[in-house]
Amino acid sequence: MAQMNMKEAIRDAMRVELKNDPNVLVFGEDVGKVGGVFRATEGLQGEFGEDRVFDTPLAESAIAGMAVGMGIQGFRPVAEIQFVGFIYEALDQMLVQAARMRYRSGGRYNAPIVFRTPFGGGVNAAELHTDSLEGLAIQTPGIKVIVPSNPYDAKGLLVSAIRDNDPVFFMEHLNLYHAFRQDVPEDAYTIPIGKANIVREGSDVTIIAYGAMVHTAVKAAEQLEKDGVKAEVIDLRTLMPLDIDTIVASIQKTNRAIVVQEAQKTSGAAAEIIAQINEKAILHLEAPVLRVAGPDTVYPFAQIEKIWLPSPERIIKAVNNVINF
Amino acid sequence: MSKVPYEVQTEPVQPLSVLSPDGEIVNKEYLPELTDDQLKEIMYRMVFTRTWDERAVNLGRQGRLGFYAPVSGQEASMVGSVYALNKDDFVCPGYRDMPQIVWHGLPLYQAFLYSRGHQHGGQIPEGVNVLMPQIIIGAQILHATGVAMAFKKRNEKRVAITFTGDGGSSEGDFYEGMNFAGVFKLPVIYVVQNNGYAITTPFEKQTAAPSIAHKAIAAGIKGVQVDGMDVLAVIKAVSEAAERGRNGEGATLIELLTYRFRPHSMADDTSKYRTKEEEGEWSLKDPIVRFGKYLEQKGLWSEEDTARVKEEAKASVNENIKKAEATEKMTVSGLIDTMFESTPQHLEEQKADFE
Repeated sequence: MAQMNMKEAIRDAMRVELKNDPNVLVFGEDVGKVGGVFRATEGLQGEFGEDRVFDTPLAESAIAGMAVGMGIQGFRPVAEIQFVGFIYEALDQMLVQAARMRYRSGGRYNAPIVFRTPFGGGVNAAELHTDSLEGLAIQTPGIKVIVPSNPYDAKGLLVSAIRDNDPVFFMEHLNLYHAFRQDVPEDAYTIPIGKANIVREGSDVTIIAYGAMVHTAVKAAEQLEKDGVKAEVIDLRTLMPLDIDTIVASIQKTNRAIVVQEAQKTSGAAAEIIAQINEKAILHLEAPVLRVAGPDTVYPFAQIEKIWLPSPERIIKAVNNVINF
Repeated sequence: MSKVPYEVQTEPVQPLSVLSPDGEIVNKEYLPELTDDQLKEIMYRMVFTRTWDERAVNLGRQGRLGFYAPVSGQEASMVGSVYALNKDDFVCPGYRDMPQIVWHGLPLYQAFLYSRGHQHGGQIPEGVNVLMPQIIIGAQILHATGVAMAFKKRNEKRVAITFTGDGGSSEGDFYEGMNFAGVFKLPVIYVVQNNGYAITTPFEKQTAAPSIAHKAIAAGIKGVQVDGMDVLAVIKAVSEAAERGRNGEGATLIELLTYRFRPHSMADDTSKYRTKEEEGEWSLKDPIVRFGKYLEQKGLWSEEDTARVKEEAKASVNENIKKAEATEKMTVSGLIDTMFESTPQHLEEQKADFE
């Protein structure tokens, strides 16, 4: 075991998989020599060589499209898109070409690619560095979507993502890269894609969250406990496919739920989660399932992002609304 | 007027031509080395492709084929370019480029299934090194770039080839792909079949560049312009580009000047944007007529041969369309099972609605 922050755990996942499988390649803008703008790939080129870990020209569509071409030839590309807002440049290759490869070739070809990208608010970043664009990928059949919330999960999920034979959009929250350290095994281990994690048990209300919002939800749950409300917090970890069974089991116990996401209210994953709860657990609900999310505006300029982002207070208010419904 | 010393060169290039429209050799030094049997095989493929195209248009009108982009006029460009490659080279076609992947090994009935919108059309047989036609113009250019990167990383003496049209050269992916290939020195051939029109939009409205071949300069790769109605010139240019790729000398952009005798697609009306005079001029350059004259002079081909190949092609098209029509119908469950390697729970549940 070693103490790692999330960035180090992510780097370690790539390191163990570069070691395990000669077909794993890591590339993107500035990921090679300098080790990435967040140093998430630091040292990898030194250890594995320029043939395995390399810088590319500045063109996101070509980074993703080259990954597709290498993927059908048996390589396992881990392609980095430097910031989330730049995936728009690569959307055709990510969400059309990679996501459809298995389907449109009837299984003849596949795209075993991980598209890593940092995202997430609260760090005073420039425009289009922090948007929560997971909803775009969730709505696109053929690609899996993972958003880890801690170092241990990040490593296990990234190892799983690299070994998965289908494309994965792996979103790394900027505010979690250096937020805290955790014990992380030094060898390769996996966490199954599509399995949620109950990070805090409770019996009065279920708070469903992912990414940085897991920690905001836990803060709210701690405060709620002081008021005598026991909140269960579910960290989804994977948004596609969704672990609806864990959500339903929790609601059968608590009969109340809210979904917390950093994305705008009509973006992200919350609406789909609520629709599935309606289909599978309506008779267990004592109140409607509410959303705590960013308002439906463009992601705000840095000056007001801390007010814009969901806070423990807004979560507590939503919990009180479903409890007092 | 004297030239500004730092101005980039913009003079038009001279397209490579080996055969005159009368079938005479005009550039002996570029004549590719081909045996008599190979020359006859190339002619066979071109006549077959023309016949297939004529039949496909009719099958489309009868509702027996779906999406179809006509190819008549581009036989030299399509047949010649893949003829110059090895079987283990990889072809990333655009939507019009069905002949290239069929001659590279895709069974014809699967081409028909693709046209009819059946998933089995894309299930390329093992050992056939092609992707199915790409609908998003430019996307295939990046796939070929990645495939070439894979060949380079594995030190394989293979090349990737990809095709787009003159309109496709305006896409960002066109430039990005060539630029990556330049930086990584990749064994890839970018073929632009410049038939003068992107649906109704003429070449002059795509670019003010004197040629598409000039665009190679921006990526630091080799650019050549070739008479795309001259199958021997096409074979020569692609062979040379493939050799450069295999020898580690990097990528080549090949602009093939060609013409489609038919509309862009079955829904297009050429009379709205082309003149009869223009069509007449290009018909004098018909690649099959021209190459046929050359072979006739060599005593390798006759009108009877053409008639025979046409009959063979018609019979083959009939047989293959029947095989396509007899292919088992698709099911939604079957589609669901090809989304992922292992089907997630939500998709398993959605199958129930269709069973």
